[in-house]
Amino acid sequence: MYHRFDAVIVGAGGAGLMAAAQIADNANVAVISKLYPSRSHTGAAQGGIAAALGNQEEDNWVWHMFDTVKGGDYLVDQDAAEVLAREAIDAVYDLEHMGLPFNRTEDGRIDQRRFGGHTRNFGEAAVRRSCYAADRTGHMILQTLYQQGIKHQVSFFNEVMMLDLLLTDDYVCTGVVGMDILTGEIHVFHAKAVLLATGGFGKVFKVTSNALTLTGDGCAIAFRRGLPLEDMECYQFHPTGIYKLGILLSEACRGEGGILRNDLGERFMERYSPTLLDLAPRDIVSRSIYLEIQEGRGIGGKDYIHLDLTHLPPETVETKLPDIADFVRTYMGLDPVKDLIPIQPTAHYGMGGIPTDVEGRVIVDEHKTVLPGLYAAGECACVSVHGANRLGTNSLVDLVVFGRRAGRHMLQFVRENDIQPMPQEPDFRARAEVARFLENDGHENAADIRVELQEAMMSKAGMFRNGDDLMELEGIIEDLRNRFSHVGVRDKGKTFNMDLVETIETGFLLDIAQAIAVSALAREESRGAHVRDDFPERDDVNWLKHTLAYRTSGGLQLRYKPVALGRFEPKERKY
Amino acid sequence: MQVQLRIQRNDPDVDVKPHYQNYTVDVEPTDRVLDALNQIKWHQDGTLTFRRSCAHGVCGSDAMRINGRNRLGCKVLIKEIGAKMTIEPLLGFEVIKDLVVDMEPFFASYRKVMPYLVNDETPPATERLQSPEQRAVFDDTTKCILCAACTSSCPITWSNEEYIGPAAIVNAHRFIYDSRDNGTEARLEVLNESSGVWRCRTIFNCTDACPRGIQVTNAIEQVKRTLLLGS
Repeated sequence: MYHRFDAVIVGAGGAGLMAAAQIADNANVAVISKLYPSRSHTGAAQGGIAAALGNQEEDNWVWHMFDTVKGGDYLVDQDAAEVLAREAIDAVYDLEHMGLPFNRTEDGRIDQRRFGGHTRNFGEAAVRRSCYAADRTGHMILQTLYQQGIKHQVSFFNEVMMLDLLLTDDYVCTGVVGMDILTGEIHVFHAKAVLLATGGFGKVFKVTSNALTLTGDGCAIAFRRGLPLEDMECYQFHPTGIYKLGILLSEACRGEGGILRNDLGERFMERYSPTLLDLAPRDIVSRSIYLEIQEGRGIGGKDYIHLDLTHLPPETVETKLPDIADFVRTYMGLDPVKDLIPIQPTAHYGMGGIPTDVEGRVIVDEHKTVLPGLYAAGECACVSVHGANRLGTNSLVDLVVFGRRAGRHMLQFVRENDIQPMPQEPDFRARAEVARFLENDGHENAADIRVELQEAMMSKAGMFRNGDDLMELEGIIEDLRNRFSHVGVRDKGKTFNMDLVETIETGFLLDIAQAIAVSALAREESRGAHVRDDFPERDDVNWLKHTLAYRTSGGLQLRYKPVALGRFEPKERKY
Repeated sequence: MQVQLRIQRNDPDVDVKPHYQNYTVDVEPTDRVLDALNQIKWHQDGTLTFRRSCAHGVCGSDAMRINGRNRLGCKVLIKEIGAKMTIEPLLGFEVIKDLVVDMEPFFASYRKVMPYLVNDETPPATERLQSPEQRAVFDDTTKCILCAACTSSCPITWSNEEYIGPAAIVNAHRFIYDSRDNGTEARLEVLNESSGVWRCRTIFNCTDACPRGIQVTNAIEQVKRTLLLGS
């Protein structure tokens, strides 16, 4: 089936819906999502969205910018970080005006709380910057933006999975190809502009806070079409995942006063971050947990530690962290008011992704060359405001600030440009891929390959890496890719074929894993979340630069581009 | 532990009518029902079909009937159900395949109540003010994840396709009692129609079914009171 729109947005999370809201009344826009929009993973974000409103105490967007740059271990483009911190304020007011039910202060303003790495006056002490709605801030953002989509009559194509991106030979984007999961039918979306807002790829790791659907679809498809992926080696592990399950327990637990304790009951963060303690940035806290475990101070000598909320007033737990309390009760059978909570770091967020400029336009090389008509925003994009380590709450800021910018720029673009002809047989590749899986009686099972990939990625490209492991990992991924070429789906039907969907997703994960492994092996330093045991120091002389990974016929090729420096000189990172 | 799952199957490409199929899986008592379903799908029978995403009870994808009760597959642990369970699709919706039902009528009802803030006044340069007390009035109904567990548990929705259903009323409630909203009149008009709140017979199935603990029946009753008494 053929569709024609001014703008097509792929992904109905915070970034996609925020962009759609900018375009809806002025041009015709479609949002396609492999889920119903209200299922998107923005809805799982908990603790808050940072903006220097200063509702609770003095704050300043420059301090927010500084925290973001330092938090990212200086691999942050400072022009983008300035946009992020400056526009966060207006973006949060924008959400409030759309109806977002923030928690309120006594005088009726948006309430704010502390969060990891967010400080006043360039690192002096933690500051109340995170605007929140209990521990369901992401849920409220997703609901509010979906509501706006309904209000502004956006054309939603629910449960349509993107399979291909249409680029002309001279690199102009003309649309996307998707599959209606309900019927198996292939749809071609011809458009002047496309926004990729497909979210993250946490399912490349075994223990993750990410949904089953987060398989890097947009990133992998862009990569296959010859576009680069930036800084894929920078992947964040959130300190407090529920032991074994990986379900996220928000940093807001510590923002509200929660403490991490080892087997001896010690508040061990005193040793690693004397100023910010438990509210140090995530890479530092996750590493500290790991070091405690390595030195035998995990609980009972095992590979987890405790999150302690028992000293907080029960009312704080029940009213400010109600979902967290519910998760702990449901999945662990523990009472967070009385019991210590077993936690371990969980794969959480990809700082890297499809390179863009601050307007959300996709960049194809180290010279800021724009691909006309193609945009990316949210976790699948890399603008780069998170550098080598994202601060808590900044993902939601990223979604609304750069989702909004991308949407506004797209509107301008579709007004100024005519629709370009699509390539011949635009759905050829997508049809061939689907046919290959459905008709191939291959003996390999995608689920087995996925499980092996997730385990290998967790053990060899997780929080601590080294050259030998990463080289071995490259070989494992190559083997898995070979096996994947013999994969067969068991479900051969047309209707709601989730076996086919999961098989296609596994192919995406294999591509993402390769980009991560190759980029991580090359970066011979430790910076932010990327830690090399064999290169334990940050190396600004050689590595203050962004990785660009390309897939070529001769294998993966790495190129590099400089970091946009500015206001803040790289310094040693202490908290 | 070994668990037996009896699952209602229905593949429109192949089957003439629904039937049940038995599976046995080896799982931990602390695993989720969703984990058992995934294990079947990934390692025994790739044709078994269900929706799922977040796997921790916040996205609303995997509402289904587990031993006759509407639950989220990812929010029920095996130990709570025991070694034998029957899993069926939600009642009151057309089955697309196995546990996947047609959600379109559900979302159509949701859209009818204008589920968005209605306020055409020019907003201030900063936030609109709202006291913690004003915010608390509609807190419960902001939690809805649109999983349809409530609507499909309601006997009225099984017999009356017109009834707008508890989930739509919950989402109307979320705005009717928001001090910033000006759309109450139009929403109440929708809810006062014959397909609206008066269909509710306060059976409380919806409240029992809600995986978010929303007091659904209370919310519906509050809307009824507002219609009768104003304010």
